[in-house]
Amino acid sequence: MNDDVYIIGAGIHPFGRTDGRSGRDQGVFAVQQALTDAGLEWSDVEFAYGGSAAAGSADIMVNELGLTSVPFINVANGCATGGSALTSARNAIAAGACDVALAIGFDKHPRGAFNAKPAEYGLPEWYGETGMMLTTQFFALKIQRYMALHGISRRTLGLVAEKAFRNGTLCDHAWRRSPVDLDTILNAPMVNDPLTKYMFCSPAEGAVALVLASGKKVRELGSDAVRIASVAFRTRPEGSFEVFAPSINVNGGGKPTQIASKAAFEMAGIGPEDVSVAQLQDTESGAEVMHMAENGFCADGDQEKWFAEGWSEIGGKLPINTDGGCLACGEPIGASGLRQVYENTVQLRGRGGDRQVPNDPKVGYSHVYGAPGLSAVAILER
Amino acid sequence: MSALAPIAPGLWTDEAEPRLIGGRRANGEIIFPVPDGDAATQVEPVALARRGTLWSWTTQGFEPKEPYSGPQPFQPFLLGYVELPGEVIVETRIVDATAADMVIGMPMTFAVVPFDDTRSTYAFRPEQQP
Repeated sequence: MNDDVYIIGAGIHPFGRTDGRSGRDQGVFAVQQALTDAGLEWSDVEFAYGGSAAAGSADIMVNELGLTSVPFINVANGCATGGSALTSARNAIAAGACDVALAIGFDKHPRGAFNAKPAEYGLPEWYGETGMMLTTQFFALKIQRYMALHGISRRTLGLVAEKAFRNGTLCDHAWRRSPVDLDTILNAPMVNDPLTKYMFCSPAEGAVALVLASGKKVRELGSDAVRIASVAFRTRPEGSFEVFAPSINVNGGGKPTQIASKAAFEMAGIGPEDVSVAQLQDTESGAEVMHMAENGFCADGDQEKWFAEGWSEIGGKLPINTDGGCLACGEPIGASGLRQVYENTVQLRGRGGDRQVPNDPKVGYSHVYGAPGLSAVAILER
Repeated sequence: MSALAPIAPGLWTDEAEPRLIGGRRANGEIIFPVPDGDAATQVEPVALARRGTLWSWTTQGFEPKEPYSGPQPFQPFLLGYVELPGEVIVETRIVDATAADMVIGMPMTFAVVPFDDTRSTYAFRPEQQP
């Protein structure tokens, strides 16, 4: 058993739209960058996991990267594709199966909102035909009720997006690189009340690769390493309220994010108060607000004060979504969860440039959420 | 209304004041709709309450992609969840109301309404004030 697993190389293909370059080619770009960062060759990789939601299988990459006979497992797990690849790569090293493993996620989606097919989610056709099977509706319905119960204002939803675009201007892998002011955000066309166009992320393109290594390998290489303190990946429990739910249990229930978060903190042996920088799933503005509480960083309703005081800004007490998150980077499904881990790796290594979190952050927390109700949390330590 | 065919069979009862049909699991939990296939054998069909309260709501102002098959040109609509007390919270269209009328907790009543020229669907509307 290798108790400690580290990230020793991180690569990213800029998010957004790159005409003429396939999703998988963006993946190859990210892998090569991660290998260079780690000071390794492709032939040094002993195990690889990766995938995309809409850009094909990852293992075909060996055509470009080299036919080294590496075992390469394709991962297809929706929004948790990247998180699942990371979990698998980490576990392969922890199990002692190898000393160097790769996790890669990439994607390339057409413009416009995702459209889901009812049968693929075990749902009847009428649910889609009547116009109730839209992910954007779920997020609006969830935050609408949350705002009523916990006193969150529309202005706060606007402040979330304003922060994302401001952070995006400082980030070279972000898609949206221009600031958007609060009034423009609040007065933009409504997608699903209370969420306007600027409060939602868009499907996009991009790729992220991470090279993982055992402690033994880190010592051998003298790597600029970040330790993976924990990874936890959970699907929905009884009674939870998730995307694509024609009905909900009246008695309520748990949330996959709360469960994954609790497990990740327990495994790392730390609590929310120990985290220096966090990347939380911000599919839309309300998601960041609710995920702050679901991950244990504040009580329900306290987000109103957090945004009024700027506590989640890059210079605040807990910087959140320092690269602009999904709102500024867009959401290539297979790569999105790994982007959060990439950003925390950058921050903990002190390589954030204009967006660097001050005072040598020691603990980075990342959280991805997706349909049909799953969450993956990773905690990194320096 | 009688000329319109339900958008799917088995969603609501065929009676003067129709009710949604849910499925009761062995543990007492009610789900909607009654599932297809093998899962249908795990639930007992149960007619649900016609009155409930608004649990959450939103607007749909742009035309959804397929498989949405509503009438052309697209008409924006309201949707939300209605809590049927002690039974289940169901997702539904909301009719005869505007976004400005929506208050979480307000009383709602079940209705079968036209979906397009040939089909009906289910909805809830704010309860008429006496």
